[in-house]
Amino acid sequence: MDFAGKYQGASFWELLRVDYEHLLPDLGRTPGVIQAATMDGVPHGTTVLACRFDQGVLVAGDRLATEGYRVASRDIQKVYATDAHSLIAIAGAAGPSIEMARIMRIELEHYEKIEGEALELDGKANKLSQMVRANLPAAMQGMAVVPLFAGYDRRRKIGRLWKFDVTGGRYEETDFESTGSGSLYARESLKKSHRSDLSRDEAARVGLRALMDAADEDRGTGGVDVGRGIYPTLHFCSDDGISQVSEQEVRSIYEELSGAPGGGARS
Amino acid sequence: MSMPFYVSPEQIMQDKAEYSRKGIARGKSSVTLQYDGGVLLMAENPSTLSKIGEIYDRIAFAGVGKFSEFDQLRKVGVRWADTKGYAYSRDDVRVRALANAYSQWMGDVFTQQPKPLEVEVIVVEVGDPELAGHENDSIYRIQFDGSISDHEGYCVIGGAAEEIGNYLATEFRQGLPLGEATRLGRAALQRASDGESSVAPENLEVCLLERERSGRKFQRLEADRARELLGT
Repeated sequence: MDFAGKYQGASFWELLRVDYEHLLPDLGRTPGVIQAATMDGVPHGTTVLACRFDQGVLVAGDRLATEGYRVASRDIQKVYATDAHSLIAIAGAAGPSIEMARIMRIELEHYEKIEGEALELDGKANKLSQMVRANLPAAMQGMAVVPLFAGYDRRRKIGRLWKFDVTGGRYEETDFESTGSGSLYARESLKKSHRSDLSRDEAARVGLRALMDAADEDRGTGGVDVGRGIYPTLHFCSDDGISQVSEQEVRSIYEELSGAPGGGARS
Repeated sequence: MSMPFYVSPEQIMQDKAEYSRKGIARGKSSVTLQYDGGVLLMAENPSTLSKIGEIYDRIAFAGVGKFSEFDQLRKVGVRWADTKGYAYSRDDVRVRALANAYSQWMGDVFTQQPKPLEVEVIVVEVGDPELAGHENDSIYRIQFDGSISDHEGYCVIGGAAEEIGNYLATEFRQGLPLGEATRLGRAALQRASDGESSVAPENLEVCLLERERSGRKFQRLEADRARELLGT
């Protein structure tokens, strides 16, 4: 490893591109590999969501990864803290998505160390959209990375959230958004129950309910696996930083919410 | 045809070393001390341009001399550490390898470039009692010509390094609480100005590597907190 490379800026992502290209996951450049690894052969993450509550944002995700119609993993993590006040939730091809979350985290820390101050939340979202855009060639071959990014804007004193499309398109949402295979159902659920002045406890219920609704309609979404004790993850991000709802608490909310589901035939 | 002047290699090295030493002597000094909860880094620095910086989870940097040069070294260190941590794991980023890389680079610049660096740096790693093989603190000093030394307890860089070092040799002891270590660091830095004027807390840059902190252990102390520790 060369000690001093060519790159002189503050971005870790750019540093890899300029000086350490071999370390960079650039799947778009190896089409043969991707074509062999079709949608069925590579784990895909499914449903994640983010919504605002009165003190910030909630980011939640189920735990299932699928390879086509098969289960790839039952307890994958889809929500990652990128620094003390922002989170990324991933959906799409699991490998590149998790790698992108990891690079994003290093990116924010790297910028802060080089420049001596952290990026604004807008700057973080913008950087992520450049990374998603760079993945476009891979996305065209089925390896899409479509994250949600959410955080607490300490300057404006509000929670904010963004969704991205495969071209790097960045869309700020006011109240809630979901992405992944079950996102349609999660969004429908959120549409009915979400208000931006939800308390923390209410937001946890609304978020978990939306994931349960998505799992109910979408076979690719994990929902709650009582038998194995696997529960969706719920992360809150507010001025105090990031806190995860404990598994025990998620379970008790689940028990409270799980009445008889509607629809279907009953005996 | 005129012959080019012959200058002996000894003479060239001596001239370069003298040039570097003069440059370094113009600036203020910086001290690094172990205390009971980690490592304390202090520098006399009235400006807003930092002399002390975070490299990685458990590694910090302090530089003296020409700002543009040691700040460049700091950035190179951050790039090295983040890339290494990304390629391997966060625990694989160790200060000894970084110190060696600095030493190599600064030595190369000293012998190959017409103008040598006018800087001295300290890189320090705080130990982690939970992590086997990583329990001890390590402090390295790298000089303008790439010469490297490791230190225990304390380390001083800058024009008045010798004087401050002599003072700390008699005053320093292991296991000082943070407040006492901070006061000792300030007293040591005042040696550089013949002990006559006292260094105001707002002119001190004070940073810590706190052993008990999880993840990134580097912390820059606000002026209020520094003042509180100094008891002024």
